Amino acid sequence: MDFRDSPEEAAFRTRLQDWLAENAKNFPTSGDEYWAKAAQWHQALYSGGFFGTSWPKAYGGQELPPVYDVIVDEELARAGAPARPSLGYLVIGLGRHGSEELRQRFLPGMINGTERWCQGFSEPGAGSDLASLTTTATLEGDHYVLNGHKIWTSYSDDADWCLVLARTDPDAPRHKGISGFIVNMHQPGIEQRPLPMISGVTKEFGQVLFDGATVPADQMVGAPGEGWKLAMTVVSHEREPSTLGFTARYGKTVRNLAARLDGEPSESLRWAAVQTEMLRLHVRRRLSEQLDGLSHGPDGSLDKLLMTWVEQSVGHASLDAGGTRDAELLGTYLYSRSQSVMGGTSQIQKNIIATRIIGLQA
Amino acid sequence: MDVRLTTEQRELREAAARLADDLGPGSVIDLDDADRAARLEKAVAATGWRSLRSDGASGVEVALVVEEFARGLVDVPFLGPVLADDLQARSGAAVESVALAVGGEAVDARGLSAALRLVDNRVETTGVGEPVFGIDLTRTNAAVTDPVTAVGELAADAAQRWQALALVVTTADILGAARGAHALACDYAKVRTQYGKTIGSFQAVAHLLAESLALIEGSVSILRYAAWAVDELDPAEALRAGRFAKVYTERAARTICETSIQVHGGIGNTWECLAHVFLRRALTSGALFPVSLEEIDLGLS
Repeated sequence: MDFRDSPEEAAFRTRLQDWLAENAKNFPTSGDEYWAKAAQWHQALYSGGFFGTSWPKAYGGQELPPVYDVIVDEELARAGAPARPSLGYLVIGLGRHGSEELRQRFLPGMINGTERWCQGFSEPGAGSDLASLTTTATLEGDHYVLNGHKIWTSYSDDADWCLVLARTDPDAPRHKGISGFIVNMHQPGIEQRPLPMISGVTKEFGQVLFDGATVPADQMVGAPGEGWKLAMTVVSHEREPSTLGFTARYGKTVRNLAARLDGEPSESLRWAAVQTEMLRLHVRRRLSEQLDGLSHGPDGSLDKLLMTWVEQSVGHASLDAGGTRDAELLGTYLYSRSQSVMGGTSQIQKNIIATRIIGLQA
Repeated sequence: MDVRLTTEQRELREAAARLADDLGPGSVIDLDDADRAARLEKAVAATGWRSLRSDGASGVEVALVVEEFARGLVDVPFLGPVLADDLQARSGAAVESVALAVGGEAVDARGLSAALRLVDNRVETTGVGEPVFGIDLTRTNAAVTDPVTAVGELAADAAQRWQALALVVTTADILGAARGAHALACDYAKVRTQYGKTIGSFQAVAHLLAESLALIEGSVSILRYAAWAVDELDPAEALRAGRFAKVYTERAARTICETSIQVHGGIGNTWECLAHVFLRRALTSGALFPVSLEEIDLGLS
């Protein structure tokens, strides 16, 4: 057991620090300004050799152990750089359920950042109960025609591609009639209607209306009716702090709050510091466990719940530090409220933990 | 960076868990079963684990055994003797099988007649007198008595490292007790029925137990680092890691134990339910080498 860097890891860290000293200052770290340059940031990080490090070489990764992601996240936060782009769950979903042809066509662009992605799962009528989704995909010749309404489709107006869940068999049991598609976002029949968040951020909550948009039949991910399996893989990893790369950001916020202190830290700030340290170490444990092989089980729900508590404790510390008088502090607080909803509500995570890990009856 | 337990560490943990499950008290009535306690004492003595530190074991290994023993409510001295053993090894004092004294009390001292304590950086042996008031039903403290004899001196670094181990060991004990309380509540929620269903099938109950499990996982992670740090980081850093781990785990454990009592309903508020025995043990280890939130410094790594 060793929490320290190996010599290879230390060399990687030094190389990253040098790279960040040159490059980090060019990129905003949050809000709409971040999203305006997110693609450039992703591509720069990839070109430097610091993104997608654990993924297969065949698709543009380096096949390094997953713990390298910890180093990247820590150094990005330390340098005041934007966070690591979070799309690991899409890579894992497509990697696990897509055909080799689809993987070769789409994973490299997804990983190197030249093609932008969003995820079209939730609908106005299908939130926690995702399987009730009503967007349809109807086969017409060699393509499917999409009709429906997706919501919380983060950054959909910047995306080139969307991983869409749609109902292909209205007569099948509801979990079995859903299929996954890779949909080109640059085509007629797609309307964007983003929703501003309570924090004022306008880019993050996309809404997409499909009205006769098309997708080639060979861009279905997996077989017809296998969309639910794809969805479960994606959401189980969407929940993981190790995949999201947010963790170090909380530590940065706590340090910033400590730096602007006038007097003794509040109880909420001290508690946020303890919580943040817990998550830092928890991610190290989880990523180390992945050395035994990546699992797709329900543990991500535990991690998501922990991460949510951490982010919201940091949010409370931010509010206590003067959130009613400062837009940025208030923004940190308000944004933290979305963490217990996005990627599956805390209530859904607790259902998963109770039934699938503890073994309580549903 | 690889923070997985080694095969040997996992085996040690499993052996400790087996021993605790076999001979620890399975009920409140078992606490008074002297034959069982005698068998447990014999088994624990036979493992040699009370001298893990002087035998070269790391903080991680000690923490694993302490955690499993607390989970199984092992009610013969362990935490105290393990810390006394480390103190003895560091000071070179020639005493055997002693309790640990902190201030005027020998802690976790049931059946022991001598103690070691650290005062400033001085190591002393003391006598062990009559039992004193304590809330823990699985361990007993006793008054320190004369003769008090100075037997060694620790360098400041060594004293700090020992204090870090003390934080880790007490935190491991708290975590183990919390895990025991949680397991008890989960088992109960699977068999107790109301409205014709097991109570664990109600989300209001299930969510409490899910929250407790997340708190346990967070505690495992933050404790593992502190336990590793005892031997691997600068003493001041090790001490800092221990403080973070203890503050987090202590707060988590109180919630977990209170949840266990709540899930047990009326029975959880009776003496015969083990839930309060876990809570009492967690509270006792929290109060031993206490850490408050005010001691947390914000210079995050």
